[in-house]
Amino acid sequence: MKRSWKLMLSLLAAFALVAAACGSDSAGEADAGAGDDPTTTEAMAEEDTTETTEAAMEETTEDTEAMASADFNVGLTFDVGGRGDQSFNDSAAVGIEKAEGDIGISFSEAEPNADGSNRAELLQLQADNSPLVVAVGFLFEGDVKAVAAENPDVNFAVIDSAMLDFDNGAVPFGDNIAGLTFAEHEGSFLVGAAAALKSETGKVGFIGGVSGFGLIERFEAGFAAGAKAVNPDIEITSSYITEFPDFDGFFAPDRANEIASAMYESGADIVYHAAGGSGGGLFEAAKATSEASGSKVWAIGVDSDQYNTADDAVKEYILTSMLKRVDVAVFQIIHDQAAGDFAAGNTVYDLSVDGVGYSTTGGFVDDITDQLEDFKAKIIAGEIEVPTEP
Amino acid sequence: MKSPLFRRLLLAFAAPVAAFVFAFVLSSIVLILSGYNPIDAYGEMITNALKLESMIDMLNETTPLYISGVAAAIGFRMNLFNIGVEGQYQLAAFAAAVIGAKVVLPDGLHMLFVMGVAMVVGGLYSGLAGLLKVTRGVNEVISTIMLNSVATLGIIAGLFKIFLEKKSGGAVGGGTTPLAETAWIPDLNGFVELFTREITKGRKLTGMLVVAVIVGVLYHLFINRSRLGFDVRATGMNPLAAKVGGVPSKQMVLLAMVLSGVVAGLVGMPDLLSRTHAYDQGFTKLRGFAGIAVALLGRNHPGGMVGAALLFAFLNTSSGILQITGTASSEIVTIMQGIILLAAVVAYQMVGQVKQREEVKLASEATVGATA
Repeated sequence: MKRSWKLMLSLLAAFALVAAACGSDSAGEADAGAGDDPTTTEAMAEEDTTETTEAAMEETTEDTEAMASADFNVGLTFDVGGRGDQSFNDSAAVGIEKAEGDIGISFSEAEPNADGSNRAELLQLQADNSPLVVAVGFLFEGDVKAVAAENPDVNFAVIDSAMLDFDNGAVPFGDNIAGLTFAEHEGSFLVGAAAALKSETGKVGFIGGVSGFGLIERFEAGFAAGAKAVNPDIEITSSYITEFPDFDGFFAPDRANEIASAMYESGADIVYHAAGGSGGGLFEAAKATSEASGSKVWAIGVDSDQYNTADDAVKEYILTSMLKRVDVAVFQIIHDQAAGDFAAGNTVYDLSVDGVGYSTTGGFVDDITDQLEDFKAKIIAGEIEVPTEP
Repeated sequence: MKSPLFRRLLLAFAAPVAAFVFAFVLSSIVLILSGYNPIDAYGEMITNALKLESMIDMLNETTPLYISGVAAAIGFRMNLFNIGVEGQYQLAAFAAAVIGAKVVLPDGLHMLFVMGVAMVVGGLYSGLAGLLKVTRGVNEVISTIMLNSVATLGIIAGLFKIFLEKKSGGAVGGGTTPLAETAWIPDLNGFVELFTREITKGRKLTGMLVVAVIVGVLYHLFINRSRLGFDVRATGMNPLAAKVGGVPSKQMVLLAMVLSGVVAGLVGMPDLLSRTHAYDQGFTKLRGFAGIAVALLGRNHPGGMVGAALLFAFLNTSSGILQITGTASSEIVTIMQGIILLAAVVAYQMVGQVKQREEVKLASEATVGATA
């Protein structure tokens, strides 16, 4: 009896491991959809106007000239989860695929083991074969710092981290390290304004994926500020799916669905999400609520133009999406590398360079684009300062 | 007829060999089905593993896996299924990172202090599950699984914001205040380089490897050479008989759980003392569960678990090169680990049954011979 109990547990444990493997496998292969983003080309035209901080203007000299040829390899390194989220990571993939076509580079992809233990090793392996390594996600910050110091001839770029040493006057961590960040709060301001303009109940909602590490709060702060700018009396409910250090909130559409349903039930008619792969649950909830109640409620997407990436059945409920142009940033840094212009330091992709923005696919915001463009101009001009903390 | 010794050896090696062959065949099929060439993949894995730098990576990965395996094995020896190593080591590492950053101590002593804090926290936290078992009869499987969530989703998530090092300039993310250099464990590069070439590319062999070896030796001495260890094993094999024989079973349960947690506390130390020096967002998770796999594969044996940890570390470090060379996707590695584990558990069970039948046969032959 004891024996069979132990065996059962053993088998269970073994099975759990196998099941975990299958789980991540399917996620890794579901990278369909995000391929054709109609707004890609427009934003790419802006590529030469990106702002760099003063400290960043120094170029790395040693090897950049030799690499200026357009057929080098780029080591694209995702974080755990990798491709297939129909949002952030897939956007990076769009950027590198465009670079493959337009510039002629080749690239190798990698993502860490599920426990996240081998980030540094991956970067090192990529650096062995590539003059430019792009790391997707701020979790790479520490490891890029270390690996870049060991590989002075290889350039590194990290998405979502400034890669500046703020303790010592915000200088770059190294001559070969670039940080590519986005003004998510500015883009969120615009979709917040759109939500307030479109809301009939005077109540809107925000669903964040993971709280407590400072990034998703920027989306919330911008969204709330935008909504309040239109209607100071608007009621905004915010909810996060998980708290740091539990990053499951980015992969939990079921829980996003529950939260969104509750928000719609309590009277909100537009809900914005910044929850990566969980967003699908919000769209489902918008569809279900609309069909059940007969009056249409809306969802707002994030990162990619989710009208294009979401299932056909839920498309008509996506009012707009806050665009975070990871693809632009990835393409730009490869372009710079090819031209021998790799610059260390932080590049902020904000509204002025269309690094963030809102999508118009579906035509649901056509009647308010004038007002949104007005807000956009004011933010760029500095007349409106968007907060980064809620 | 073959000699009994030969038979015993054959039986001892039959299970791992059968498991390996089975896993090899099944993994190859999976690779072919997903459109990869298994020969290329295995070749790439082996070429990579033979590089000095990769070996360092492998040993760095082996260290926490082995410690985690020992932590799980201490419980298993006593028939306690401590699933809580995961929560215990994360909580221990978090506490050690926070407390360790707040004290000023001389070189070396600081490092030992951080390790000590981690062991105490790990021991106390698993002791909680032990206490629940002996006083309230709560099954340790249930309590440790729940305590895992309490530790990671409750305590750490709740306290992290308070101890998060505030960065100026609106930087995203971060971790606890880094430990002072007095708490870093020295690397073993100098020692390795005595025998090999210079280690390049920033690889540092963690000094925790020495601690892992010590843990292994102590585990062996405790289980196989000490009175207490004998009591633990006896209670694990037959609690009733042990109790009749005078072993206080409640104390034994508590002891095994606490010891398991003390060792679990060390699992996060390679990261904390030689890599990140802080509990940050990227802190390596899931090593507690990996330890269960290592203990299962290594049969709770101090030497067997070295092999198991090395094998898992080899597979883990292979995932990078497989992806970058495009020979296979990263998931293949996880699938292989699952297959190996499944194969090993089944093979051990089958060989165990053969052994049992053999023993019964021998025993009955002996009794028949004696009576006749």
